[in-house]
Amino acid sequence: MVVQTPNGFELDNSGRRIVVDPVTRIEGHMRCEVNVDENGVIRNAVSTGTMWRGLEVILKGRDPRDAWAFTERICGVCTGTHALTSVRAVEDALGITIPDNANSIRNIMQLNLQIHDHIVHFYHLHALDWVNPVNALRADPKATSELQQTVGPNHPLSSPGYFRDVQNRLKQFVESGQLGLFKNGYWDNPAYRLPPEADLMAVTHYLEALDLQREVVKIHTIFGGKNPHPNWLVGGVPCPINMHSTGAVGAINMERLNQVSTIIQLCQDFVRNVYIPDVVAIGGFYRDWLYGGGLSSQAVLAYGDIPEHANNFDADQLHLPRGAIINGNLDEVHDVDVRDPEQIQEFVDHSWYDYGEPGRGLHPWDGVTEARFELGANTVGSRTNIENIDEAAKYSWIKAPRWRGHAMEVGPLARYIIGYAKGHDQITDQIKGLLRTMDLPVEALFSTLGRTAARALEAEYCADLQRYFFDKLVTNIRNGDESTANIEKWEPSSWPKQARGVGMTEAPRGALGHWVSIADGRIENYQCVVPTTWNGSPRDAKGNIGAFEASLMNTPMERPDEPVEILRTLHSFDPCLACSTHVMSPDGDELTTVKVR
Amino acid sequence: MKPRETFYDVMRRQGITRRSFMKYCSLTASALGLGPAFVPKIAHAMETKPRTPVIWLHGLECTCCSESFIRSAHPLVKDVVLSMISLDYDDTLMAAAGHAAERALEETIEQYRGNYILAVEGNPPLNEDGMFCITGGKPFVEKLRHAAKDAKAIISWGACASYGCVQAAYPNPTQATPVHKVITDKPIIKVPGCPPIAEVMTGVITYMLTFDRLPELDRQGRPAMFYGQRIHDKCYRRPHFDAGQFVEAWDDENARKGYCLYKMGCKGPTTYNACSTIRWNEGVSFPIQSGHGCIGCSEDGFWDQGSFYDRVTDLTQFGVESNADKIGMTAAAGVGGAVALHAAVSALKAAQRKTQNDVSEEA
Repeated sequence: MVVQTPNGFELDNSGRRIVVDPVTRIEGHMRCEVNVDENGVIRNAVSTGTMWRGLEVILKGRDPRDAWAFTERICGVCTGTHALTSVRAVEDALGITIPDNANSIRNIMQLNLQIHDHIVHFYHLHALDWVNPVNALRADPKATSELQQTVGPNHPLSSPGYFRDVQNRLKQFVESGQLGLFKNGYWDNPAYRLPPEADLMAVTHYLEALDLQREVVKIHTIFGGKNPHPNWLVGGVPCPINMHSTGAVGAINMERLNQVSTIIQLCQDFVRNVYIPDVVAIGGFYRDWLYGGGLSSQAVLAYGDIPEHANNFDADQLHLPRGAIINGNLDEVHDVDVRDPEQIQEFVDHSWYDYGEPGRGLHPWDGVTEARFELGANTVGSRTNIENIDEAAKYSWIKAPRWRGHAMEVGPLARYIIGYAKGHDQITDQIKGLLRTMDLPVEALFSTLGRTAARALEAEYCADLQRYFFDKLVTNIRNGDESTANIEKWEPSSWPKQARGVGMTEAPRGALGHWVSIADGRIENYQCVVPTTWNGSPRDAKGNIGAFEASLMNTPMERPDEPVEILRTLHSFDPCLACSTHVMSPDGDELTTVKVR
Repeated sequence: MKPRETFYDVMRRQGITRRSFMKYCSLTASALGLGPAFVPKIAHAMETKPRTPVIWLHGLECTCCSESFIRSAHPLVKDVVLSMISLDYDDTLMAAAGHAAERALEETIEQYRGNYILAVEGNPPLNEDGMFCITGGKPFVEKLRHAAKDAKAIISWGACASYGCVQAAYPNPTQATPVHKVITDKPIIKVPGCPPIAEVMTGVITYMLTFDRLPELDRQGRPAMFYGQRIHDKCYRRPHFDAGQFVEAWDDENARKGYCLYKMGCKGPTTYNACSTIRWNEGVSFPIQSGHGCIGCSEDGFWDQGSFYDRVTDLTQFGVESNADKIGMTAAAGVGGAVALHAAVSALKAAQRKTQNDVSEEA
């Protein structure tokens, strides 16, 4: 059957059905089914979120000052971003302002997460979609060294001997017969296009990045005590500053700042000398594989983040841009108001929840939610053994959020398209520079490759911003301000009887919002709409498909039984399924009594 | 297939001398709190052992345990994965997906029946026929039972697998259930924490490979070597506690001097973990050092013990030891059933020794 979706895709589910479950190298659990035509081209795509944990239910009745710790555990990969969103939501609700130093430290931590997450995503979750480690065994270490010195001349680890050592280690590993993580990979699939030298260089950097990432996060450890899951504080940051006096060793002092500064340099160097050159080099061999654009050329959304000044979230005061683009019109970037019940709504017609009436959309303030796990009549298999899912019915634990009715893509590419459309200086320069280097038109951005490249560019921008906010922090301290927390409204007795607030961030994977309502000092309702809810959204009542599904459409597969292309494109979003799944009441009760104004 | 290479082979191939290798062994011994007599034992084990197959499953979780694991500084995680274990199935990191991934799981179970370690991150939800966590179209709990059946031992990574963690906090809508309540016929090592410290994770694995046995476990099933003492016991701010010097408000004068965080709700006095000794991320810091109290993330049910900022109330300033032990005993009593089951497994029985001195064996 051929169906035309309102957002412009032609779905045909008559061809052969391919199932990928589990989709690996993601955070959480996900399933994907596609139909391919006789030429192996994807003509229908169905993505299913296959887990649900219910954190928002669990938050009811808790102390709002504790919420950051609960929500932080939504995700250990984008660790800290939910916590930051949560403290912002609670501060917004209670009218708490934070000191400048706290803003700088929070920004440094959030930027640090972006950099860490982007690096780990590219090398450890995404690279094996482009890079073939087995093929690296055939590389000439000398030629690999030359390649390295050409693409990343400032990276010191580039000698032929170095690459030979890595290759030998890889060889021994493969010859041991215990292939570990590489077991049953698709290593003879022609979808892998790199010459052996590029494969060896990339595998080497896979290992280098593994070493590097544990250094990067130490900034979280210094300010937040540990990583994953550093500590946060409503009203500021928990780490005090003491630069001059007795006991400074128990606080942020000169030694701590020096360590932060060293790590910031490490981030800047690695991103500039290794990450970006790798994306350019690898991307060069895939420059005509421009599938996977999906919604990116028509509908993208970002809330914006990294406020220049404490307590000011105006769009023009944010270093990561805010805005929405619809209908592919880059000439018009719409403003986004997350409080507006007309703008953000969630639908559950194809999600395992019940809103009582079909086609109903609810703003997060108004989130009525009730679980209903049921499979459609055309499901192949049984309730606890799904062979083929029926997308005409409910088919995912992910809800379908829409912005003014549009399915949207969020994430680094969305942020970069919005930044480009708004004429954001650094973002525009980066994009133009990359396109020039790769000799590609701007349309090439709207692709799997574009998504992967935007993430790398963003890591570079964030690494520089990390330095910027470090300098800002030091300047402020030098000017005599050591304050890191505002405790005026720490005690619940100082809070209004009823309050509600919104917190927004740009998580590594995209726009993240938490909506909290507080009554009598306790959380009355808590709702999160997270990046992978946007990207991994199932169909809505009108039949609009979500970003994952759209991105897979019309992609040819070299071998339909080997989902290399499906993984490549899904991974380009950096899916985070633990984040994306939503709320329900265990006894089916309405979860909120808050009414939209 | 070629004979599998040992740690020693790998290290020699890396250009590491015999002398350096022995130094590594002695460092390992001291890191594990073992005397010099253990150095030759470690060396022997590393010279003769092939890489142990590990299957790493993921249930309801946030993946913080995997993220923590890859932060390990000694040993480096690349050395663990390339040279110490054979991570034959791990859906977060493996190249293959879908059918090819499931085949890798089956092949590993088949090939190493009774000889692989099952590492579990996250836990199975039992409500809705287990379909709050679906993998391969089926409830995760089925996959867990299947992989557990032929495992040599199970490691429950983190608070989720050990105790349930955040999704099992009240009212636990999915009925998220810790591993030991679903799998009752295998030795299980709990490595709690949200997440556990990276070097504790790799330390537990390295210990098992080195000594070919489970680490000594306390009565809750945790490795005594890392979970035998409270954070408070070894906290560098303990002298401030003893001297009655406390932080009274966030960012006050005392906070800037690094005084004790007890009055800000620190759970260090009731939390068994190695944070104040091994610390985090290669020893850079730990929560208290960075100014926030411990939230008790390695304790059973820590989400439901009131606010993280509530003071631990039944802790008198000078009677800390006995009161904190009472708390430990209450927690231990709750897992009595599980401990009894563990005790039936002979391999584990030897390791069942009391480690919290004041708690009686019958608790």
